[in-house]
Amino acid sequence: MDLTRLTIGELADLLRAHETSAQELLGLHLERIDDADGDVKAFLRLTPQLAAEQARAADRALKEGTAGPLTGIPMAVKDVLCLSGVETTAGSKILRGFRPPYTGTAVQRLIDAGAVVLGVTNCDEFAMGSSTENSGYFATHNPWGLDRVPGGSSGGSAAAVAAGESVFSLGTDTGGSIRQPAALCGVVGMKPTYGRVSRYGLIAFASSLDQIGPFTRSVEDCAVVLETMAGHDPLDATCADRPNDVRRGLDAGVRGMRLGVPKEYFDVEGMEPGVKQSVQRALRMLEASGAELVDVSLPHTDYGLAAYYIIAPAECSSNLARFDGVKYGMSDQDAQNITEAYMNTRRRGFGSEVRRRVMLGTYALSSGYYDAYYLKAQKVRTLIKRDFDEAFEKCDAIVSATSPTVAFPLGAKTQDPLSMYLCDVLTLGGNLAGLPGISVPCGMSNGLPVGLQVLAPQWREDTALRVARAYEVASGMRVEPALV
Amino acid sequence: MSEAWEVVIGMEVHVQPRTRSKMFCGCAIAPLNAAPNTYVCEICEGMPGVLPVINKAAVEACLKTALALECEIPEHTKFDRKNYMYPDLPKGYQISQYDLPMSRNGHLDVDGSRVRIRRVHLEEDTGKLVHAGDKLHKASESFVDLNRAGVPLMEIVSEPDIRSADEAREYAMALRILLRTIGASEADMEKGQMRVEPNISVRRAGNPEFGEKTELKNINSFRALHRAIEYEVKRQVDLIESGGTVQQETRGWSEAEQRTFKQRSKEDAEDYRYFPEPDLPPLRLDRAWIEKLRRELPELPAVRRTRLVEEYALPAADAALIASEREWADLFEGAVEKGAPAKATANWIIGEPTARDLSPDFLADIVTLVSDGRINRDQGREVLAESLSTGTSPSAVVSARGLTQESDAGALESIVREVISSNPRAVSDYRAGKRQALGALMADLKKKAPAANPKVANELLQRLLAS
Repeated sequence: MDLTRLTIGELADLLRAHETSAQELLGLHLERIDDADGDVKAFLRLTPQLAAEQARAADRALKEGTAGPLTGIPMAVKDVLCLSGVETTAGSKILRGFRPPYTGTAVQRLIDAGAVVLGVTNCDEFAMGSSTENSGYFATHNPWGLDRVPGGSSGGSAAAVAAGESVFSLGTDTGGSIRQPAALCGVVGMKPTYGRVSRYGLIAFASSLDQIGPFTRSVEDCAVVLETMAGHDPLDATCADRPNDVRRGLDAGVRGMRLGVPKEYFDVEGMEPGVKQSVQRALRMLEASGAELVDVSLPHTDYGLAAYYIIAPAECSSNLARFDGVKYGMSDQDAQNITEAYMNTRRRGFGSEVRRRVMLGTYALSSGYYDAYYLKAQKVRTLIKRDFDEAFEKCDAIVSATSPTVAFPLGAKTQDPLSMYLCDVLTLGGNLAGLPGISVPCGMSNGLPVGLQVLAPQWREDTALRVARAYEVASGMRVEPALV
Repeated sequence: MSEAWEVVIGMEVHVQPRTRSKMFCGCAIAPLNAAPNTYVCEICEGMPGVLPVINKAAVEACLKTALALECEIPEHTKFDRKNYMYPDLPKGYQISQYDLPMSRNGHLDVDGSRVRIRRVHLEEDTGKLVHAGDKLHKASESFVDLNRAGVPLMEIVSEPDIRSADEAREYAMALRILLRTIGASEADMEKGQMRVEPNISVRRAGNPEFGEKTELKNINSFRALHRAIEYEVKRQVDLIESGGTVQQETRGWSEAEQRTFKQRSKEDAEDYRYFPEPDLPPLRLDRAWIEKLRRELPELPAVRRTRLVEEYALPAADAALIASEREWADLFEGAVEKGAPAKATANWIIGEPTARDLSPDFLADIVTLVSDGRINRDQGREVLAESLSTGTSPSAVVSARGLTQESDAGALESIVREVISSNPRAVSDYRAGKRQALGALMADLKKKAPAANPKVANELLQRLLAS
């Protein structure tokens, strides 16, 4: 039995039966990383010493019978989540060498639950991108086709799970940065409701859109990880104090549920026929399981991308102001004055996509342009939320493709930012409206994975997970690590 | 000034509310002279990934201030980011309030004239830069101290209703008294807990248009405020009268040189790109909460001052002074309630600073002992000192030390005669018509007989000198 191909649930059973140990799992996954990551390049840094300590502690807990469902399970963390004492750089050269003095809430909760941190995964710089090619270090490759991108921005985390290098991982999703790479790498990935998981310790890209979420090999695993991270945090004023009910009715099936099919999401620019067919097949399978498919409309979909590319850069222009070379990270020491020091540090430290978005956002917030751009975009955001509210009056969840395309070749879109931005056209509405959304693998097109997206009303992660779980059961879907 | 000029002043006052911790993190407020960067955490240092959380005590202090200034308080308020880069601003933006402040449209009455308050809002302070070698342009190195970064600040903005340096000072002092009375701030200017920035313009009398204004910074005392405004008004008038024009700019006050100097012109003004702080949801200002805070407000200084005059027949100046510190006024009323005479009580509080540390009971005791003539004022001071150091009641001190005032003229006569015989020069001066020589004789008498009732002794002295 290859222990790098199992789910959290399966491994937890083996661990509790003492058929394996946390330290053995750690060793096997480090070996797997050693074998595969030269090709995949999912990890920026490994944390073997930290992992060894955690694995020993996990084995003690297993021996003492105090183990939980995540005890001893190897995980990987996107490079935007602060981990005390471990270099965390948001995929950017500007933060090279930065070791945060604290650990973020979500990661801490997983560590407290006994998970073992293998290392830090690659991503687009400051989570800005859809292919992980904007990393300040190197590109990550899709385990299903090494000439393909893994999606992004959490491409390293998705690829690590897909390649059997980690049992689960954490990503962040601002416009689709968990769901889209999950789809492209053939794993499960979920963005929770805005406010479900504390953002404390998440290096912010766009504060009103960012959420932390898991990549896993099964829907149940996804629910377990989410449940562990979720819940009120006094350190995040936007994190809600609500019941942690994400696993409610997970196995209840879809019989009697109404699943909304938004026509706008099936006619987007660049939708590949193979993707559309796979998703339609999945919808028929859900229908056969007892769900009712209903037509819904999200009429402002076309404006979502434009609104998103005003709001996200506006927030990023402010969030990234702290990277000024004064307190941490890269710092130009040759400048003659402070303005020159700022400009040199930021010009050298930030990559071109980050600079582009900082400039876009600065412009959109400028005096005289604020009303025409930022304020207008916020109004569109309200309309998009209203679209979803109205759609959810007719259905319990909305189903569509996660990404209009399968994994595209490395370099295919790097010269054309607009075509790259279109990768998120089906996912960013969920961020603008603050909705939970999950992507589950739903077959292949041209030998590459396709993702089915399930969006649910705010705070109804249980609904999204239940639909995804029903599809997983009906299709007999099992995430098999690639590159074996 | 060769023509009649009208001075127009609006005030921006930053006040540090009384809180234990900073505005958006749990760091304690650094005491003055704390070592640099010892009252900091990842949040106020602006580390990647951190988030702000609103300090409820700061909000309550701001709301109380707004209520005391009779401002309107909206149902919701929100925080905004003011974006600019400077090394003392670790996040690259300051969390402040832009278009939905905690409160608006209040007023403060100062000596019968009303100064309208435009808004009172909350924000966070920046850190401090320390330059190696005094002058910024010559500094070889600059250091950043973030102890103050994230300290809460209330900004109280007035309308341009002030018409002189005197009024501006009165306004600032009245505001300070109000803030201290309601417990919203210590408002100590020297500790940087209150910073006053006047916006000043001049116009020819009768002109309805405002002139170009300048904003003054670096003012560290009420006296400096007054001088800086007087200097700036003269500068502006001289400039206009000599054919120049005032430029809208920020000017600093140099205490050393007693002049204002240009810091930043309007053209250099940054575009702060304000937008709603996405890390903080809008704050609902619950009416029940507001009403609770309103009920908790103590009697405001202006009201109390009037009442002290009406209820206790205090002179206006005494009432103003006593009402300027809530503790003094509470002490005054407490002592009077215990039976001490009002005017004498006020005199003790005003004239004997250490008396302000007494309990109302002890103060009433001491004032009564003196005004009943059981001890004299000098003895009273001794009793005060002993009561404060031992905690013994003034009456008990008097009994224990057997202190009484000698009011029997017969018993004092021999001492008075001794004073007359040992001061022949003063006696002859007095008899020659120099009434002030009596003072020297009384002083000697006090030395020889500390317990003498001064009134009885004085009469006796005069009688014996006349005979």
